[in-house]
This record gives sequence, C-alpha cells and structure tokens, in this order.
Amino acid sequence: MTPEPTAPAFDSDVEAAIRENHPALITYITAGDPSLEDTKAYVEALDRGGSDLIELGLPFSEPIAEGPTIQGAINRALEAGTTPAGFFDLIDDLETDAPLLVMTYYNMILQFGNSEAPCASNSNSEAPRASNSDAASLRNEPTVGPFVERAAEAGLSGIIVPDLPAEEADPLRTACDEHGIDLVFIVAPTTEGERLDRIMSQVSGFAYVQARLGTTGARANVSTATHESLSRLSDYDVPKAVGFGVSEGDHAAEIIEAGADGVIVGSALVDIIADHGAGGAPAADALESKVRELKRGAVRGGDATTDEEQPEPEHP
Amino acid sequence: MSTDDHESDTRRDADGTFGEYGGQYVPEALMPALQELEDAYERYVLDNEDGFMDEFRERMRDFGGRPTPLQRADRLSERYGREIYLKREDLLHGGAHKLNNALGQVLLAKYMGKERIIAETGAGQHGTATAMAAAHLEMPCEIYMGRTDINRQRPNVYRMRMNGAEVNPVTAGSGTLKEAINETMRDWATTVERTHYVIGSVVGPHPFPKLVREFQSVIGAEARKQVREQAGRLPDSVVACAGGGSNTMGSFHEFVPDESVALYAVEAGGSSLEIDTESGVAPNSATLSTGTDGVLHGAMTKLLQSREGQIVESHSVSAGLDYAGVGPELSHLVDTGRVTPANVDDDDALNGFHRLSELEGIIPALESSHALGYLEEYHDDLGDLVVVTVSGRGDKDLETVLEETEKRDLEAAPDVEVFDR
Ligand SMILES: Cc1ncc(COP(=O)(O)O)c(C=O)c1O
Repeated sequence: MTPEPTAPAFDSDVEAAIRENHPALITYITAGDPSLEDTKAYVEALDRGGSDLIELGLPFSEPIAEGPTIQGAINRALEAGTTPAGFFDLIDDLETDAPLLVMTYYNMILQFGNSEAPCASNSNSEAPRASNSDAASLRNEPTVGPFVERAAEAGLSGIIVPDLPAEEADPLRTACDEHGIDLVFIVAPTTEGERLDRIMSQVSGFAYVQARLGTTGARANVSTATHESLSRLSDYDVPKAVGFGVSEGDHAAEIIEAGADGVIVGSALVDIIADHGAGGAPAADALESKVRELKRGAVRGGDATTDEEQPEPEHP
Repeated sequence: MSTDDHESDTRRDADGTFGEYGGQYVPEALMPALQELEDAYERYVLDNEDGFMDEFRERMRDFGGRPTPLQRADRLSERYGREIYLKREDLLHGGAHKLNNALGQVLLAKYMGKERIIAETGAGQHGTATAMAAAHLEMPCEIYMGRTDINRQRPNVYRMRMNGAEVNPVTAGSGTLKEAINETMRDWATTVERTHYVIGSVVGPHPFPKLVREFQSVIGAEARKQVREQAGRLPDSVVACAGGGSNTMGSFHEFVPDESVALYAVEAGGSSLEIDTESGVAPNSATLSTGTDGVLHGAMTKLLQSREGQIVESHSVSAGLDYAGVGPELSHLVDTGRVTPANVDDDDALNGFHRLSELEGIIPALESSHALGYLEEYHDDLGDLVVVTVSGRGDKDLETVLEETEKRDLEAAPDVEVFDR
C-alpha cells in the first residue's frame, strides 16, 4: 500500500535554490534569539555569507527534537516574548536572495488560527487572567489552514515540522499544495523500506537527511549513518540535504562528497549567536564568515565529486 | 460515538486514534520503534504469544500482590448513606497502581529483545515502579526526573537508587514532569534501537495509550467482578483521579460498555481554575474540564495551552496529577459524554486525605485524595453503590501534607500540635 509518488503541483523555489546553487548550504537559526530585531540582522548576514536556503525556527515550549544548544535558543526567544504574529511580521520585513523556510512544531501550526482570532485576544489589552474554560469556549478547532495561508502571504517557501511524520501529514501536505509551499520531511537513520517510499512520495523541496540518531547539536565528526542514509536514498529524485551535527567546512565537504545535494547547519550558528549575547554587528559578522567557511567546504566537496564522476565507477 | 463503537475500536484498530484524539506526532526516528512496539503489543499482549500474558499475570500475583481487594468502607458508607467500596491499589507492591504498567512494559521490552529501560517520572511513583520492575527482571534502567521534583521527592529518588536505577536530573524549564518527558523522548530518539521507553501513563503516541490502558485495565476487571460478588450488582458509579489518566482508564475500561455505570474522572483543581496567560501558568491541572485540543508529547489531546499553542505550566498540591496534558482516550470519552470530567481543589483533596486516614485507617495518596474529595462533595449524585479507586498510598506525601495542612484551616485535619512541643 505504498502511495504513488506525486510530484508537487507547483514549481518549488526550494528545490530550484538547491539545484541552481548545487551543492547548497542551508542554514538555521531560531527567530527571536535574542530578539526579532537581531534575527533580522542575522538572517541578512546568513544571506550575504552565501546561504542558499534559510530556515527560521518558530519557538515552541516543548522542543523534543532539539539538543541543548537549540533548546537554549528557543528558551531565549520565548523569554524575549516571541510570538507567531511577531515571527510573521519579521518574515514580511525580510528581503533575502535565499528562500526562507519555517521550522516549528505541529501544535504551533494547529493553534495559529486561534492566536490570530479576533475574539478575546490574551494580549495586554484584555485582563491577563481568564478562566481556562472561557478560553476553551472561545477557541476554534485546531487546524493547519490559517498558518499555511499566512506563511504563503509572508513569502515563506517551505515548512519543516520535526514532530510530524508522514503518517500524520495529509492535512498539512494538502494545505501546502494549495498555497504552493514545500513541505520538507526528515529521513532518519531508522527510516527504511515502505516508510521511506511513503516519505519520499510526500516530500517536496528536499529530503532532510538526519545524519545520526538523536537530537540536533554540533558534533566533531560526520557519522557513518550519513553515508548509509545517502546510499539508501540515491535512487530517489528529490534533492537530499544532510543535517544534525554539521559544524565545519570540512564536514560539509565530506557530506557533499558522499552524495548529498546540500548540508544543513544550525547549532554551530546558534552557538555563535549565544556567544555574542546581546547581539549586534560583531555577531552578524561572525555568522557571515562562518557561512562563507561552510559554503566553501560544500563547494570543495562538490568539486571532488565531479572529478571522481568523470569515468563512471565500475562495479564488479 | 456510541459505546459499541468504542468497544469495537478499542483494542486492535491500527490507526491509533480515539475519535479525533491520539495519533503519532513524534520525530521520524521514533516511528519504526512505535511500529515495532505495536507489533509486540498485538503479538504478546493481545495474542499471548510465548505465554507473555500468563507470565505477566503470574508475576503480578507473586511479585506485585494481585488481586488487590475491593473493600467496603464502613464509615464512609455510613457518612454518605450509600454503599461505598474502595478499590485498594494502594496495596499493590510499591504503593500505587503504577506497577501494573511498569512491570508489563519492562517484561514486554524483554520479550522484544531490548537491553535497556528508560522512563520519566514526576512525583517519582512511576520511576520507583519502573526501577522495581527493572530490578526484578534484571534490566538496566535510567530514570529522568526534573530537578525541582528531585528536590521535593527525595525519598522516591533514594528508592530508585536502592533498586539500582540511575536517576538523571533534568534542569530545563521548570524542572518537572513535562520536561522529564521531553528529555526521555530525546534519549529514546538517540538510543531507540536497543532501548525501550516505559511511558508512565495512558499518554504519548500510539500504541502507548492502548498498551498502558491494557496493562492497567486489570483494576476495573477485578473491581467489576468483585463488586458483583460482594454487592450483588454493578455499581452506579466509578470514581477515579486523573493525571495522565492511567488509573482512571484502568478503572473505567471494563465498565465502559456498562451504560448504567456512570464514570467520573477527577482532576486537580489546584488553587484556582483561572489561567494566567501572561506568565504562562495554570494553577491547576484540570485538563479535561478546561483544556483545549492540541498536540503534546506525541498525541492530539486536551491540553493546558496559551492561545498561541505554548504549553503552560500546571500546578497541583499532588505532584502525580501535575501535568498539562491527559490521555487521548479519556479526552475522547469526555467528548462523547461517556466519562464525566470533574475537579477538586487542593483544599478539598487535603480534607479527603485526612478524612480517609481518620475514618478508615487508610492513608491515601494525595492523587487518590482528589477522588475522595469528590465523593464528599457530590455523593448525592453518585447513586447507591459507588466504587472509588484508591490509586496509591499516602506515605510518600506525609511531608507535603504536614506542610500544606499547617498553612490552612482544614476541617478534616487532625490536631498536629504534638509536633510543636
Ligand atoms: C497514586 C497515584 N495516583 C494517580 C497518579 C496519576 O497518574 P494517572 O492519572 O496516570 O493514574 C499518580 C501519578 O504519579 C499516582 O502516583
């Protein structure tokens, strides 16, 4: 009962960005860490440094897929009062060459229609205390539509949801198709067989190849799981980008050489932001130069593959 | 949905939903493990392959002390002018119903060939039950527990250590149950190939809500048989406290098709049903009566959350009820009207604690005291024959109870002045 592969019914900005800038560098930071204003400057720095795609995290209070680094960023962003409305205002404001994607947890998508609802907003204008049941009676059913619509309006090109496996993704996939937005799925080292087929038939933009089991976080080396995953995926036509643990230009080179179309770097950039505390120009400069290093690494890996690929390797 | 539908969809359906609730909202890395667990649940638990259920029942008898009694509470019956029976899960090994699930899952992990056990714990009751089961079955065991909970539940931390479990402090957030679950899920996402996550209630992604309910349903199965033997008929109502909902679903499951039996799930009303949306705090954990639908810890269910979808911190004098979510099946049974949600505040739970201690010589867990508080207030609505589940014993709560009682003027509290001399 493997579903038929279905090509998305729209031209994917995300896929184009990867194919046209091959090998691609995809960067991640958390929106609102340490403030949305800083995030704007940081995204511009990532763009200048040569990111081909930029993922922005919309913070959720229970980030179960995240290691300590990104958990820290999410805490700082929530403490700074980052809301979905503020997040989308930031996206409205941003003008980058790199297409933007949002990475967030499913509950944030489901509840967006409520946070936007005109009735009984919980923000400052109203009394800060309301009975739980008042809140319940004023709420709408959780649904994905309003979030995707707002994402499209703000110009986002894709969505990544780390706690939404393909089995639960039909409503979001449908809404994304309606609005011409890519829905990226994660392929884990444990994903195989029928489930892999299913994910690859639902994914659009690129397949997010999780380099190792566990949570996000910068690591000192490239895992063997990465090589195995890439070879399992080599028959699928969707671009593949590897994330979870990538922190240096040399990692990027090795991953591209192993057959990936892109690398994804998050925690190593979030670390830079955390080290610079209050933000400002030095942080942006440090991000920009880190991005240059990573992109150079990816390109180096790409050159190595094209050299090798001249004579088709023979298999006994 | 009628009760018939419930019965037919209840043990074997593959999609893992209860009406609009349930599902599997987890990172992709865990999906194959959930599939593996679902297969094991069907083979070993539902089909008794390799005699799994026989071994489970035998161990629950010899190690756990099952069956637990259903006891007529003479003084409470007199006080309320109706027949009150107590299902005594406080007499199970470890002092709470938690062992039913913990032993079942650790044994299942063994049958599945897993080599390591992890679990979260809030108050420490599920952690101690898991540590005992793991020691009994010779499995290495690590428990994640919030830093705040470690500091306020020291005896349980020692009990886990005595049984050979590692206790890993979780410092994120407020350092309580929600964060402990997050961290256990992160461990599992890293070690999933060799490790089984023994989740502590009927929460989390499919198949956990079914699996845990199946292991806990022995409570209601025994009680249903016992009450017919002892009182000659089915009860008019069954009352149980609900945190995640495992003793609730365990008590209710066998009674769900008995339409004449009313089912009451009593949650913690905390200090108030108000929610402070600015600070993201709900001073209660009355999820069933006041929560809204959303996704937390792998399932669609009722939650305490802000309008934006951030999960808020819950509060209760009873650590075991202090959770912002609730099992998806219970959410569904509340929506269909089969289960009536209720809540009892901290004061009435403390009174319930003191009343049962003094009148019946049974010191109940603070969690269970919520069910007893409900009985005091609403016995007139419960019919002539009532079963109340005493999910655990209250020895673990003595320090909290003394401290909280001193702060209040409680009608049912004994004079504690002796401690001041
Ligand atoms: C004695 C007792 N009762 C009830 C609970 C609440 O859990 P559940 O709602 O899953 O039964 C706990 C949790 O620690 C407990 O220790």
